[in-house]
Amino acid sequence: MQPHLAIETSALAKSFGATRAVAGIDLAVRPGSIYGFLGPNGAGKTTTLRMLATLVRPDTGRAWVLGHDVVAEAATVRRLVSLTGQFASVDEDLTGVENLVLLARLLGHSVRAARSRARDLLEAFALANDGDRLVKSYSGGMRRRLDLAASIVVRPEVVFLDEPTTGLDPRSRSEVWNIIRALVADGTTVLLTTQYLDEADQLADRIAVIDRGRLIAEGTPGELKASTGSGVLHVRLLEAARRSEAAAVLTDALGIHVDVSADPALLTAQVADPERVPSALGALQRAGVTVTEFALGQPSLDEVFLSLTGHPAEADPVAAETEEEAA
Amino acid sequence: MTAPADILRRAVASGERPTPAGPLMATRVFAWRAVLKIKHVPEQLADTILVPVMFTVAFTYLFGGALAGSTSEYLQFLLPGTLVFAVVIVTLYSGVALSTDVRSGAFDRFRSMPIWRAALLAGSLLGDIGRYLLASAIVIGLGMAMGYRPEGGAFGVAAAVALVVVFASSVSWLWLLLGLTVRSPTAVQTAGFVGLMPLTFASNVFVDPATTPGWLQAFINVNPVTHLVSAARGLMSGTLPLDEVIWVLAASAVLVVLLAPLTVRRYSRRS
Repeated sequence: MQPHLAIETSALAKSFGATRAVAGIDLAVRPGSIYGFLGPNGAGKTTTLRMLATLVRPDTGRAWVLGHDVVAEAATVRRLVSLTGQFASVDEDLTGVENLVLLARLLGHSVRAARSRARDLLEAFALANDGDRLVKSYSGGMRRRLDLAASIVVRPEVVFLDEPTTGLDPRSRSEVWNIIRALVADGTTVLLTTQYLDEADQLADRIAVIDRGRLIAEGTPGELKASTGSGVLHVRLLEAARRSEAAAVLTDALGIHVDVSADPALLTAQVADPERVPSALGALQRAGVTVTEFALGQPSLDEVFLSLTGHPAEADPVAAETEEEAA
Repeated sequence: MTAPADILRRAVASGERPTPAGPLMATRVFAWRAVLKIKHVPEQLADTILVPVMFTVAFTYLFGGALAGSTSEYLQFLLPGTLVFAVVIVTLYSGVALSTDVRSGAFDRFRSMPIWRAALLAGSLLGDIGRYLLASAIVIGLGMAMGYRPEGGAFGVAAAVALVVVFASSVSWLWLLLGLTVRSPTAVQTAGFVGLMPLTFASNVFVDPATTPGWLQAFINVNPVTHLVSAARGLMSGTLPLDEVIWVLAASAVLVVLLAPLTVRRYSRRS
């Protein structure tokens, strides 16, 4: 028998009233990988996750977790997955230990095993000294770590994380990333949603870009970047006043269109032929324009998003509201 | 700071996969959770029964003489009513707690777990009985301190409390349903108060309804709170008002039969 995909969906769709939250999505996620679901608020990420976690019934289309249908075999799927919601879904009025013991008991551990599992997890997630405090007093980062610990009290095969780092400071983010990497190193499959392009870039083996309920691109981070051109040149000028002059020089030297960004001293351009960049910089120097910074690299996922969707990766407030209401 | 990588790896890799808790065990665990919340957030209970307690003190000393000839006689009349008033208000908390879980995402986590879905509801209701008993003890303790003496003795008081708890648990279903329907815990609380105030005031908790106008008497006589108060008053004063007790038990049964299936349905389907 062919080994199952961790997650597979076929034309999965869900509407809430007149809003098509998810409009036919096909996914195939390999076991033991991190799969990133990237898109703005209201794109349908959370609804897709909730369908996979058996919380929402799809209208049409099907989905399987490790070969089990999420509707027909919901009970089996619940034994294999764990879901961590968008807002730390831990219980504020209980202590850290009590939160974990509660879940361990529900998942079948004895009182003693539940306590020892809770202590081990708190230690591993750098919460050992805070286990007996009420979660109410935890910082955002501590809550998120407890939330992640809660989702692996009994190690699931597939972990769904809905925006695991939204609202966290950079240090807490990188801690959460470490935990996610450790999970995957152990063979767990992680499907995470994110609005942060760098998060998807850093963590995910493959990324699905989703916009308005549809999958608009899928691939490795490298493939997605490559699909929008060979590279991007960023040039920062000392004097913002000379930008239009500099743009003309660059356009001339590179033979391409140069974009002026919101930043008054910055010029960006999609470069088809990176070999011509050094001479273009030389042309700027000869024109007497001082360059303080330049970079030639792959486009950021932000730029990828823009070129895929035709609009920047920003929340669509109307859609976001609808999805929240539906959830 | 994350702990050293090897500790993290070991904790993550722990491979034990026990059989998930059955319906009874899951219910017990959720009841434990509800009791822990009483322990950790005692001010919630205190806030809720503050109003009935203040009414008891104020009505007894301000109006007791005027309404019943003496404050001590009025307290004998009022206290069983306060008991009902306090516990019925505390039932609101079931809905507030459920609504909090829905909002926080704890609800989604529990529902995506391989356990009996209604265990959260059943366990919370069970744990809330602890809350009702505690509220009863506070009200009766306060009454005794103010000079209340139950002629029905410990047995009569226990019987009255038991009846009040049965009724309160049935009313809780209404708030659970509300908790699954409205958007926030505060909305549950507001809607609940708006519903409960007429039920408790337009009853025989504070005064003998014989002095009220006819149209109000008609409402008071069908108000379940009136019958519960009459039953509690009887039991605590050493009589057995069997028809009132039966009325209350029947009303409780009707509430559960109507509301429980609706609530469980809404709970399982909520998306």
